[in-house]
Amino acid sequence: MTPLERAFREERAQVVATLARRLGDLQLAEDAVSDAFAAAAATWPSAGVPDRPGAWLTTTAWRKALDVLRRERSTPDDGVDAVVPPPPEPGLYGEDDLLQLVLTCCHPALAIDARVALTLRHVAGLSVPEIAAGFLVAEDTMAKRLVRARTKIRQSRISFELPGAEAWGERLASVQAVLYLVFTEGHLASGDGPAVRTELCDEAIWLARQVHRLVPDDGETTGLLALMLLQHSRAEARHDDAGRLVSFAEQDRSRWDVRAIGEARELLATTGRGPVGQYQIQAAIAALHAAAPTAEEINWSRIADLYGLLARVAPSPVVTVNRAVAVGRADGPRAGIALLLPVLAEGRLAGYAPMQAAYADLLERAGDDAGATAAWRRAAELSRNPAEQAALQRRASGN
Amino acid sequence: MQYLMLLALPADAGDSPDAPQPEDWTAYTQALVEAGIMVSGAGLQGAETATTVQVRNGERLLTDGPFADTKEHLLGFYVIDVPDLDTALEWASKVPNVRTGSVEVRPVMPTAEAARVDATASAAVG
Repeated sequence: MTPLERAFREERAQVVATLARRLGDLQLAEDAVSDAFAAAAATWPSAGVPDRPGAWLTTTAWRKALDVLRRERSTPDDGVDAVVPPPPEPGLYGEDDLLQLVLTCCHPALAIDARVALTLRHVAGLSVPEIAAGFLVAEDTMAKRLVRARTKIRQSRISFELPGAEAWGERLASVQAVLYLVFTEGHLASGDGPAVRTELCDEAIWLARQVHRLVPDDGETTGLLALMLLQHSRAEARHDDAGRLVSFAEQDRSRWDVRAIGEARELLATTGRGPVGQYQIQAAIAALHAAAPTAEEINWSRIADLYGLLARVAPSPVVTVNRAVAVGRADGPRAGIALLLPVLAEGRLAGYAPMQAAYADLLERAGDDAGATAAWRRAAELSRNPAEQAALQRRASGN
Repeated sequence: MQYLMLLALPADAGDSPDAPQPEDWTAYTQALVEAGIMVSGAGLQGAETATTVQVRNGERLLTDGPFADTKEHLLGFYVIDVPDLDTALEWASKVPNVRTGSVEVRPVMPTAEAARVDATASAAVG
């Protein structure tokens, strides 16, 4: 990594945050920071890298923003210099600025896809074409989405200040939802997706690390980072050499990233003071999976209990499906089927391939081969991931 | 910054035990006045009293009823003056009809002069 690339990764978000807060204008801040990086690219190679790149970038970007503000004034003597605040003190920017930027980009008054776009553009520093490719939408659609969102922030005056204590939970929950959505989008694409999509996992983990650093005592943020690390630790093992999806039980556990698993476990050990939420529970479940040396040694009864807890904290049909799988392992396939039947009958998840796959597996282990084959086939028809589809078809044909 | 709060109720919400009572409106309006943020507000007669007007090709068209054929009926509005959206949303979540209906919050467009002052102030304060 060149010093410029390192500065882009480590300092960019902080510089954007500092300017956005002082200017109250995300676009102006982003443009000024781009100009500052262009200036750095032009001067650093010959003049040398400044001692404190972040401070240099902040000061340079600040000057660029003031130039723009001055040009926008109708008359040259409109008093800009009288009203602008002094430049941010070099190197003294507060960590609060970055947290405020994240919270503003993830404000619940914005649509969820707008929050995702803003966070990737302004906090993670992805370009519009990168974000568009990551979410499989046209570039101008993504550009318009960002413009609309920034217009709403400006015109309806969504503040760049930290929220009051009473709003804290709602605001952090929105940040967590945005980051997890970015992660799962990358996770879905892994194996057969283009790199820009699978890299969304890395971006989400990077973002979660930043937020965790800013609110280390928030158990759910910690749980979310641990959950991502655990899920991502299996990325290498999810596909065989031919690119085929390998089911969880058949994965080569030696290909799991033990360092990521260890880090996640240490993170989880620091939680437990606040109320337990969905991400901590899911991370605890993923950690139990990771702790088993072989698929046969998984502590299914503990996992079934945790899914029971998750069903109370964050009930959803998907959670019930996962719970049925765990109960089916802990207490036998019949117990799992009993939990699954109401969800199957309700029909809201009729098009959800993992439910059909779970049902097929339970039927197969209960000895109902004909029912299992039919369910495997339905699962294969419903799956939209080609690698997964192939794996399910192999199960339907019994090998 | 001024925000309009448009208050709406589902057409069939009147009988709900959570439906806002006259004294709830008095108390809420009083709270806005005491907080020094009340700009204006009014309650409206029922949607069955509405008349919608359109002019097309110079011809006036009158329709009995409210303009949008929505499930929710407009029952009034407030305009409040608060620093930012979060503060406006905080107040909106206490309007008496919010438990049974909805409150739409919209920034009021500043006049040209106000916009100029506004831009300078936001650059200065940030």
